[in-house]
Amino acid sequence: MTLTSPPSKVLDPKNDTRKLELKALRLRKRQLKTMDNDDPSEISGKRGRSSWIVLIGLVLFALYSVGPAWWLIVSATKSKEDLYTTDAMWFANFKLFDNLASLFTYQDGIFGTWLWNSLLYAFASSIGHTVVSMAAGYGLAMYAFRGKGTTMGFIIGSFLIPGALLTIPSYLLFVQIGMYDTIWAMIIPAFFSPFAVYLSKVYAEGAVPSELLEAARIDGAGEYRIFFQISSRLMTTAGATIFLLHFVGSWNGFFGPLVYLRGADKWPVMLGLYSWLQRGTDSTVDLTGLVITGSLVATIPMVILMIAMQRYWRSGVAMGSLK
Amino acid sequence: MSSRLEVRKSLDGREQEPSRQARAGASASPRFSWRTKQRLKGASFTWPFVIGFAVFTLLPMVIGLGQSLFASKTSGLGFGAATVSFAGFENFARGFIDPVFWSSMLRVSIYAVVIVPVIQLISLALALLIDAVKRRVANRFRLLLLIPYMIPGIVAIMIWLYLYSPVVGPLKPFFGLFGIHADFFSSGMIWVSIGNLAVWGSIGFNMLILFGALQAVPREIFDAARVDGASEFRIAMSIKVPYVRGSLVLTGLLSIIGTLQIFNEPTLFRSISPESITKDFTPSMVIYNQAFQVGNLNYAAALSIILAAVVGVASVIIYRLTNKVES
Repeated sequence: MTLTSPPSKVLDPKNDTRKLELKALRLRKRQLKTMDNDDPSEISGKRGRSSWIVLIGLVLFALYSVGPAWWLIVSATKSKEDLYTTDAMWFANFKLFDNLASLFTYQDGIFGTWLWNSLLYAFASSIGHTVVSMAAGYGLAMYAFRGKGTTMGFIIGSFLIPGALLTIPSYLLFVQIGMYDTIWAMIIPAFFSPFAVYLSKVYAEGAVPSELLEAARIDGAGEYRIFFQISSRLMTTAGATIFLLHFVGSWNGFFGPLVYLRGADKWPVMLGLYSWLQRGTDSTVDLTGLVITGSLVATIPMVILMIAMQRYWRSGVAMGSLK
Repeated sequence: MSSRLEVRKSLDGREQEPSRQARAGASASPRFSWRTKQRLKGASFTWPFVIGFAVFTLLPMVIGLGQSLFASKTSGLGFGAATVSFAGFENFARGFIDPVFWSSMLRVSIYAVVIVPVIQLISLALALLIDAVKRRVANRFRLLLLIPYMIPGIVAIMIWLYLYSPVVGPLKPFFGLFGIHADFFSSGMIWVSIGNLAVWGSIGFNMLILFGALQAVPREIFDAARVDGASEFRIAMSIKVPYVRGSLVLTGLLSIIGTLQIFNEPTLFRSISPESITKDFTPSMVIYNQAFQVGNLNYAAALSIILAAVVGVASVIIYRLTNKVES
């Protein structure tokens, strides 16, 4: 006892300091908490009324944003008759699977062809688009060569070219070189985008240290090997962003396919839906139900993709800060 | 520079080995060869893009310019081969006084001047609201507000077409409750209907950009303002708004350029309501119609160039004006 008690007494002051430390910590925590509540990003002070106004405003905006999407989901589950007779914003008899069946069997399942075309165009063009843009952006960022300034000048200058200027001449060009009304018209021209090159150049400047290239060179790696084995991996974020933005853009494309494609078997899904929308109004066939279900089917992959890859397109927003 | 010399040395050291660099070095002038080669390889990364850009962007521009200077005339009823002849600036002269083209341009310009500031203001209000709530709440709302951005443009147009529709849409009975007889496809309402669609589709994304800009504002400034007795509303108006003005100008400029070329919305609206939207409703529709319905590609090319020039002039003017306002 006597042996053990003195040390505890000796330790006592230390315990005291510990207690004090704990107290101070608790105090700081409390302080931090109150500071948190005072955080400028929150409504403080007159919490009650103004924060309610803010919340109500946000809820109204959210309803406005989500409402039409909700309508699409609800309507896709309705039979043709219910579409016209029941409350537009709430479910009636659940007929989604019947609608899907008629969607994919109408006109020998041409909707499936359109979906496949959209997928093919989006994938093929985005892969080429990403590879070409990453290589070009990397080259412009990491090397000094003749014509670099001119190339950059053309890239920046081409941001100002309105799309309307190129449509008719591109059509003429595609007819001339035999690309009109082929799948290539949807894929190859999309490889070359000044905006994506710019994005990739900006990213490469920040992500690829030139010391690393020197080190790799000393180790005897060639320039192409350095790009494919080292630099392209450092640029994955930029690559994913460029791929995603173009994939979505290609999936949503309308004017290009409308001008450059003739045969219905080559149309992407957006153009196909448009053709149904047009037919639904000037003939006796009622395609409204098909257009609605088809719109939902064409939208869901995009929404899932965008939510899953939020990080990337948000970083694209930050990187380019223009779109 | 010194690191480059080291690289050179190290390569020289390897010259005994029959490596690729060494052989290349031996064949050409030994002093510059490896550097020139490296530069060439660096440049070659950009070649696929440069070639594609030349073929699919620069070449069409040249073709367009060339086409606009020619005219093709078919004799009689349109049978027989068309004769193509040099027309000089005939197409442009016709385009400059074409009442159909310029009335469509006026229509779209008025729409752009109204709708773009409206979108900007609503997006700004939304960004300020999001900025005023707790992070956790903000994140939830942000995802909901971004849903319109995730929906493909064509699908969005179709959804609103049906929502506006007097047959299947819920909006007509909704406005009927308040005794308002709403016809969204009448010629007086059509721009309002298209405008609402544009607002719905773009405020989420614009809010994201503006919210990003707001996050960059140092928070101490707000504390200082609060100590000085400023209300939250005052802080929003006098500190937050000036901070994001740059982003506002940029997004506004881009959406005006896009709006002047509007094509998809009126084209889809036309398939529902051809009586209030003519085939020449917007400049882009005039061009499309001239090229693919009338078949006068030369004239369409000339009109494209005029439209591009108008868009260019408009963006320069807006840029100048906003710079002046800021200074």
